Amino acid sequence: MRWAVVVFPGTNCELDCHHVVADVLGQPADFVWHKDTSLDGFDAVVLPGGFSYGDYLRTGAIARFSPIMGAVEEFAAAGRPVIGICNGFQILLEAGLLPGAMRRNDNLKFRCHDVHLRVENAATPFTNRCRPGQVLRIPIKHGEGNYHADRATLEELERNGRVVFRYVAPDGAVTPAANPNGSLNNIAGIINERGNVLGMMPHPEIAAERLLGMEDGRPIFESIVAYVEGTAGARWVPAAAARARSRETPGKGGAADGR
Amino acid sequence: MTTMTAWKARVYVTLKHGVLDPQGRAVENALKVLGFDEVGDVRVGKYVELGLAAPDRETALARVEEMCRRLLANPVIEQSRFDLTEAQGDS
Repeated sequence: MRWAVVVFPGTNCELDCHHVVADVLGQPADFVWHKDTSLDGFDAVVLPGGFSYGDYLRTGAIARFSPIMGAVEEFAAAGRPVIGICNGFQILLEAGLLPGAMRRNDNLKFRCHDVHLRVENAATPFTNRCRPGQVLRIPIKHGEGNYHADRATLEELERNGRVVFRYVAPDGAVTPAANPNGSLNNIAGIINERGNVLGMMPHPEIAAERLLGMEDGRPIFESIVAYVEGTAGARWVPAAAARARSRETPGKGGAADGR
Repeated sequence: MTTMTAWKARVYVTLKHGVLDPQGRAVENALKVLGFDEVGDVRVGKYVELGLAAPDRETALARVEEMCRRLLANPVIEQSRFDLTEAQGDS
């Protein structure tokens, strides 16, 4: 499989993403400039972190109109995996590929430290190499990661297993103290309805090898490989099926379901 | 040929009511530290000024409205309003 790492003016995590995919996983990967208009020949797309267009107007608001984004939308519409990390997540939100919006961190600080994430849905193209409920330690570095969505959207996300990662304490408990930015329901990462587009604020690409002291981010990239190569153990359950399943087992997947 | 008129729009983008505004809260706290105890409900927004050419007022209004919808404000968390005036001279 071949990976595309999209680069906007102001992106600054593209080398780390490329390094993980190419050097750690040994996968072919190319940088794709934001003025390009095609993603032909690629099997997975990474929108890396950074400060595209200087975060002018709103984070991701201008990058969202870059020529490459038309191709990203088509790629996503074809059901192929797209992962947006940090600023990449913000761009996906602005592009409407994921619901909701980012506000400034509620504490007004640029938070740059490790966080603990609980894997809320381990059947996605991005988490099939994780265990349900597994706690990952991965760093964040952002000033605007305060996830917001209206109540109906939030309920829909929770009901259908679309909250993939939540900020938690090291023991996996959802607590206000574990929430670094004020995100509603401690949300750190979500997927689209079809399950092939993930946005997450934490940076798995800088926590993917022992040499750097952290490896918990690597399964996220390995999951994408497994998904594309068809070796993923668990497959994403479409929203309708997830709804049916959640009706059978009430109480699963809700925000208040702190285990 | 249509005669174009120069217009000036002043766009105000604010967070929707009910969306937490961390900046506004910090500014409010700072004002209180300065002794402005009477202050409350501080909200920080954005102001965008732009010039545009349009044949008539109706067209200009429609165009600025579209600019707000597509780029200047994010409808998930923000709302916008604007004033439109005929540009004076070169301004």
